[in-house]
Amino acid sequence: MIPFSFANWLDVFLHFTAVSLMAVGGAVTVIPEMHRHLVYQNAWMSEDQFAASIAIAQSAPGPNILVIAMMGWHIGINSVTTIHAQYLWGTFGMLLAMIGVMLPSSILTYSTAKWVQANKDSNFILAFKQGLAPLVIGAILATSWLISAANTSLENDWPLWLCTIVTVFLIWKTKIHILLLLLIGAVLGGVGLI
Amino acid sequence: MSQLPQSKSEIFWVFTWLALQGFGGVLPVAERELVDKKRWYTREEFLEEWAVAQVLPGPNVVNLAIIFGSRHFGLLGALAAIAGMLVFPMLALIVIAITYLHWGANPAVAGAIKGMGAVAAGLIAGTSLKLASALKKHPLGYLPAIGIALLCFILVALIRIPLVHVLLSLGILSIYLTYRRVKP
Repeated sequence: MIPFSFANWLDVFLHFTAVSLMAVGGAVTVIPEMHRHLVYQNAWMSEDQFAASIAIAQSAPGPNILVIAMMGWHIGINSVTTIHAQYLWGTFGMLLAMIGVMLPSSILTYSTAKWVQANKDSNFILAFKQGLAPLVIGAILATSWLISAANTSLENDWPLWLCTIVTVFLIWKTKIHILLLLLIGAVLGGVGLI
Repeated sequence: MSQLPQSKSEIFWVFTWLALQGFGGVLPVAERELVDKKRWYTREEFLEEWAVAQVLPGPNVVNLAIIFGSRHFGLLGALAAIAGMLVFPMLALIVIAITYLHWGANPAVAGAIKGMGAVAAGLIAGTSLKLASALKKHPLGYLPAIGIALLCFILVALIRIPLVHVLLSLGILSIYLTYRRVKP
């Protein structure tokens, strides 16, 4: 157990507000920085809990930013010992981390959105959006690559990579239902085939 | 031509539904629901709006929700979209986290999570290839735009340069080249 004071929780909150403004390109890009801060520097959670946060958020429905919610959950359950207190403080940690990480970036996006909307016909905004479009496609592809490479190695986990590549073609070229693909992945993984 | 959302509550429920289908990332579902099904965006509009959402700090898909909600219904529209993205997924996550606290060590559960992770990575990559078709109408031309996309992938994924640095160099160059083409 790691005893937590009000000042510690304030520290956690401020860490996630800083993470919010560093997260250009989404939650995936700040994972190395959070690992340094949460596991190495403060030991607020174990290595295994950090890895589990990523795995659970990846397998749960909702935006990838929920990985931050899982970090908050783990900090919360480490601060108490009994199981019911863990439910309570885990949920508290989750809410605190999510409010911290959502607030700064959302306010920035909301104000920028209004400005972009007001100037949507200017050549600069047009060139800005269209000029970034190719990079966005490259960055999305890179996100997928980084998620795969973070959890696996090509030599040992080639069945997982094969599963990923087959999914790429199915989603690109067919209208197969996304939930069906995920269910197949879960079953193949659950029985140990991949 | 794209359609319009009717109300704030329609925005809330549409975003809730797509967030709850988004295992391992909401982008693939958002693209299908908002472009193919609801027709609130054309593929080109979706890509352009995603570009703004991506360069701003914070979760891309939530940023997209904020931009979309605020354009149609102002601040309340933005809040409805954020709430749709996060309220039900967080409730689901609490249940999953409690389940994991008790059964996370089970190898079948760990294997299923791994399998879903592999599919989720494929969903994201497949969606980027789908969106690449929108580059056919790009002012710089299809092949140069694809070239920039590939270069960005190599820099971020293989050489591991932070996305911010790539946006500040290659991104600004690409905006400049595009600006020279679109200015009257």
